[in-house]
Amino acid sequence: MIENHKPKIGVYVCHCGSNIAGTVNVDDVRKWAQEKLGPEGVVIARDYKFMCSSLGQELIEKDIKELGLERVVVAACSPHLHEKTFRTAAEKAGLNPYLTELVSIREQVSWVHTDKAIATEKAKSLVSGTVQRIAYNTPLEKQKVPINANTLVVGGGIAGIQAALEIANAGFHVYLVEREPSIGGHMAQFDKTFPTLDCSACILTPRMVEAGTHPNITLMTWSEVTNVSGFVGNFDVRILKKARYVNEDVCTGCGICTEKCPKKVIDTHYEAGLGYRKVVYTPFAQAVPRFPVIDRPNCTFFQKGTCKACEKFCPTNAIDFKQEDEFINITVGNIILATGYDLFDAGRVTNYGYGRLPNVFSSIEFERLSNSAGPTGGEITLRDGKTKPETVGIIHCVGSRDKNFNNYCSSICCMQSLKFAHIVRERTGADVYEFYIDMRTPMKAYDEFYQRVLDEGTLFVRGKVAEVTNAARYPHEKGKLIIHVEDTLVGKQRRIPVDMVILSNGMEPRHDAKQTGQTFGISCSSDGWYIERHPKLDPVSTMTEGIYIAGCATGPKDIPASVAQGAAAAARVLDKILQKEVEMEPIRASVIEENCSGCRICNSMCPFNAIAFIGDLKVSRVNPALCQGCGTCVAACPAGAITGTGFSNEQIFAQIDGLLMTV
Amino acid sequence: MTDTFEPVIVGFTCNWCSYRAADAAGTARVKYAPNVRLIRLMCSGRLDPAFVLKALAGGADGVLISGCHPGDCHYIEQNYKALRRFLLLRRTLKGFGVEPERVKLVWASAAEGVRLAHEINAFVEEIRKLGPLNWPKWDNQSGRDLPADIEPQPIEEVPA
Repeated sequence: MIENHKPKIGVYVCHCGSNIAGTVNVDDVRKWAQEKLGPEGVVIARDYKFMCSSLGQELIEKDIKELGLERVVVAACSPHLHEKTFRTAAEKAGLNPYLTELVSIREQVSWVHTDKAIATEKAKSLVSGTVQRIAYNTPLEKQKVPINANTLVVGGGIAGIQAALEIANAGFHVYLVEREPSIGGHMAQFDKTFPTLDCSACILTPRMVEAGTHPNITLMTWSEVTNVSGFVGNFDVRILKKARYVNEDVCTGCGICTEKCPKKVIDTHYEAGLGYRKVVYTPFAQAVPRFPVIDRPNCTFFQKGTCKACEKFCPTNAIDFKQEDEFINITVGNIILATGYDLFDAGRVTNYGYGRLPNVFSSIEFERLSNSAGPTGGEITLRDGKTKPETVGIIHCVGSRDKNFNNYCSSICCMQSLKFAHIVRERTGADVYEFYIDMRTPMKAYDEFYQRVLDEGTLFVRGKVAEVTNAARYPHEKGKLIIHVEDTLVGKQRRIPVDMVILSNGMEPRHDAKQTGQTFGISCSSDGWYIERHPKLDPVSTMTEGIYIAGCATGPKDIPASVAQGAAAAARVLDKILQKEVEMEPIRASVIEENCSGCRICNSMCPFNAIAFIGDLKVSRVNPALCQGCGTCVAACPAGAITGTGFSNEQIFAQIDGLLMTV
Repeated sequence: MTDTFEPVIVGFTCNWCSYRAADAAGTARVKYAPNVRLIRLMCSGRLDPAFVLKALAGGADGVLISGCHPGDCHYIEQNYKALRRFLLLRRTLKGFGVEPERVKLVWASAAEGVRLAHEINAFVEEIRKLGPLNWPKWDNQSGRDLPADIEPQPIEEVPA
């Protein structure tokens, strides 16, 4: 077909305002395409200020209709931005969308090169490559696959709870998986929330209860996702349900087991090491679900084979020491990852003395200290549990905006520190110093809160703290913690003695974020946060269809933003569910059976087990529903019997020829 | 400028990580050497070594292959297959008398635009040091290599 008939190709070169035209001689590219690529089938070449505008698109549509174009090449921005736009426009004019290709002369030429002549040459070469290639493009039809209406939400923090509730309220089933014994996440540990100072538990627990009792939500706590296979619409998920040693079917959550358990251990998780919990425990009073968990490594029965106090006193015989971890397999259509963040370990900033100087507290420790349900009942005291501080220093940006740790701003620490200052002044009347680099309070009612804390008399010192030490140089520093800081507004070094230091720890990606990403097939940025499909226009989608991200898993966020993202991800999932079927990109491999020798090399190559050997015919065959179009089998087939639609050998060879035509 | 050798490099990137790295470099206006022309594949695992040979035979002085980092492949593990083929290909090139350094494999995630730009610059310098490839012209009709200074002769058609 190609040799007898060269398809009619239209080439459209976009100026993108001055984005492209500033560095590439657009007119020259157009003329060159018209003249030099004429023999390759180019019948028309045009340039236009903004090809993606409706006028630009109409230009293409008109040419398809009037000139009978069979292929369209648009030299503009990256296909990841506007491929869909131009394919839709071509489709409107009656051309199969897969006969339109984009050439990236903005991201790959004008934005990254400076010499106009060289940039123009490169643009020509890229256009030529695609013109050569597109002759071999074939019309493709999108395949439709039904969508499983169930959704998996991973992570039971506020973002995950919100996402689960939105979907469940719309009438669809949700599996909410949480690896801790209770949902609630970090927000359950906080006392107050900025800037309104409403009590965190008061606003969170109704949501937790709603999620725990919702008929459309299957809550799976103390559970982790271990394996995910399949693709959008049909994911097979394997969940490890860790043994609770408590039979959830009969447990009423009365709490007698916890009361009777004779052993206490330090609660390093929920109480941040400041308090104790029993070995059979629910992390906090309002935990959802209310079933306790036995902490096996610390349980006397599991260690020594005796005790069983919990079992003796349980009124419903719910304690089951023989329970084992089990795997549960579920099928879902979409997945939302709301796996949250880890708190930066303040001990890594050794000069601030956390872990070495007793009265240096981390932010989460202060949250527990100030929480009325916390270890001191809300009393703000020094590490001894009695003494009230008279002076408190709060240090911002611990582990954030610091080349030694994390370059990014954790975004919540300024407001968190202001909240701490307010609480300390309100409860103890102590003098409070805030040590900040820059004050960042951009959201609704945030700056007003900053003004309020200023008016309350908190003292602000602008500068990064160099050191927190207990080595006194002057008599008035004796027995105090000395904060050594450069006050950049005054231009002097200062030593400020305080009784208590609160560090405003930043946020870090989950320690196992990379591993989790690999389980779900999504990737992390160099900082370790999950990458959005588009940072501005598609912040809750990922590159993998059917996998969405919400909350702090994508980067540091406050509660309102996490809730908004949870709801946004839910809206994206509902959109998919309500479409009932999903269109799959028709990029697939297929075996030309006459050429197949039956060697089966491709069978083991395929990561999706999409290629099966047909014993009767002695050939391999690709299952188009499982094939994802990576093309590794095409490259591997020794007989050249496999071809990939959209990326065939002919297409690539032609593109190489085209790219090198100008050499 | 005109005296220095400007190599021509063909690059193959996967759709998910490295092509997006190139996008990211563009969006951030990171400047890099203009010698590389990229071809988008769905996956680095799609890279048939024949593509590389074709590019070198067609006038490219070097070929860059780029995919997702090991473990991050959109198709689970196909970049490992790209790695295997790459290593074999380098050995084969040596047998052909072509410097294996003319083919380079770079892992670049979607976030690593700056890194990709650095790698491209470094690769251009490496190829510049190696000099032009001067692969002998291939005679389509006879299917034989021709020394660069011999003009291809038309072959008479033999009646069947």
